[in-house]
Amino acid sequence: MSEMATPPVDAAMLNEVLPEMSTSRRFSDYVGPAVVFALFVGLWYLLSSVILPPQKRFLLPTPHKVITDGFLVWRTGERRGFQPILMSLWDSAKIALMGLGITIVIGMTLAVLMSSKQWLERATWPYLVAVQSAPILALTPLIRALIDGSTKQRLLVVVLISIFPIVSNTLFGLLSAEKSQHELFTLQGSTRWVRLTKLQFPAALPNIFVGLRISAGLAVIGAVVGDFYFRQGGTVGIGAQIDVYRSRLWGAELITAIIMASVLGLVVFLFFGWLSRRAIGKWHITTRGQ
Amino acid sequence: MTQPRPPALSFESVSMRFPDGTQALEDVSLSISPGEFVTVVGPSGCGKSTLLRIASNLESATGGTCRVDRDSIGYVFQDATLMAWRNVRRNVELIAELHGLNKAERAERAAAAIELVGLTGFEDKYPRQLSGGMRMRASLARSLVMHPEVFLFDEPFGALDEITRERLNDELLSLFQSQGFAGLFITHSISEAVYMSTKVLVMSARPGRIIASIDIPFAYPRTHDLRYTAEFGETCAKVSHALRGALQ
Repeated sequence: MSEMATPPVDAAMLNEVLPEMSTSRRFSDYVGPAVVFALFVGLWYLLSSVILPPQKRFLLPTPHKVITDGFLVWRTGERRGFQPILMSLWDSAKIALMGLGITIVIGMTLAVLMSSKQWLERATWPYLVAVQSAPILALTPLIRALIDGSTKQRLLVVVLISIFPIVSNTLFGLLSAEKSQHELFTLQGSTRWVRLTKLQFPAALPNIFVGLRISAGLAVIGAVVGDFYFRQGGTVGIGAQIDVYRSRLWGAELITAIIMASVLGLVVFLFFGWLSRRAIGKWHITTRGQ
Repeated sequence: MTQPRPPALSFESVSMRFPDGTQALEDVSLSISPGEFVTVVGPSGCGKSTLLRIASNLESATGGTCRVDRDSIGYVFQDATLMAWRNVRRNVELIAELHGLNKAERAERAAAAIELVGLTGFEDKYPRQLSGGMRMRASLARSLVMHPEVFLFDEPFGALDEITRERLNDELLSLFQSQGFAGLFITHSISEAVYMSTKVLVMSARPGRIIASIDIPFAYPRTHDLRYTAEFGETCAKVSHALRGALQ
């Protein structure tokens, strides 16, 4: 009999393999961003040279003035110029990344515990939501009273501001494995640990990366905003720098520092997008917004 | 054609009542020896899947006994249940990995199983790159790796188009012949049941009882042409008739 003991790979089966999605970019992909950028610069000029009354135009210097006075001046005095901005940006970046690291460890541990014990999930969830929506910065006097050292204080603010998305997304991901997948592990008599590491955690990765990107952005915000309140002694973060420029009405430096703080957020966002594609892009269908 | 061997799976007066009071199974007895392929057909919700869940210890019967070597069960789910993050090779290795086989042996067994289901050349593909039929092949290969004596199939081909389904029927039959396991197969399709099995059991609507047992006389290997013979049609009619009785 010609019954297939080992069915051959034939053309029909090759057709069953779904085609890879194209990742190459076309010219039109760049048109949209370019148009929006042009509109943005145009609006900026309109604001700073037409809409603002002349006596208030120092608040928003024109784009070319920001470039010449903010980006292209390396250093004048102790605080003005691009170099002090970069230094303080680096300081804030370190706080944001350290805070994010702490957030990831605490947040993911919490999510794992919550996924395995429902009572813990119920007991903790309301507080997490509360922390997320509470105006953390209103607690600055309390934080100052409880913790010594501006670095620790700033880290605490970063953690409090950025922890919710990593916990909620990790938890959601850990619970996303299908029932039949769980049963497959049950049939093999798997331990909780095996189930966690070989099923739940990998299944959660797409969600974890979504949470990571949101939390990373919030960590940058937390670090910058935390600077406003905790800066006694030592280094100066970009937030503190922005506050100085704001109070002295140094418009070009102020806008430059704000742009650089945004660039930091953007870099962090892009980094985690890249990391996500590298880690799970092969098997997870990459969606828009990556 | 097969010499009588001790059953690899047997149910003795098994009944199942769920905590909410639903009586899913009532007094079900059956036994399957290696080399037998038994298919259960019945109305939706009659407890067919519950049979498999009891056999595999995913649920415990509330009455009667079920005898089977639980370490030697292959379970094929309705969906392929592949891990999206593992490629075909690593998916097929999964159960062997959970049983603690070393890397070399896993790789060897997985390669053999992949060849048996005709997925050679697709080892590095991820599930999302595969069609439904190929995913099911990978799922079959994963169960084959530990050479189980008892194979439980929970409507594995129900979601596939007819051509793919018939093709997989043939491939599963050739696996059945070469591996000689005891098969318990659940399906909604009468022709699939008759084509595959040595015996078809018909279950009544809830509470599920076995109301007919029909021996299928056709010799293996079976080929596609069998589906169009008069005898095949008559056997299907017999099953269909019993199934209509089940719906009364």
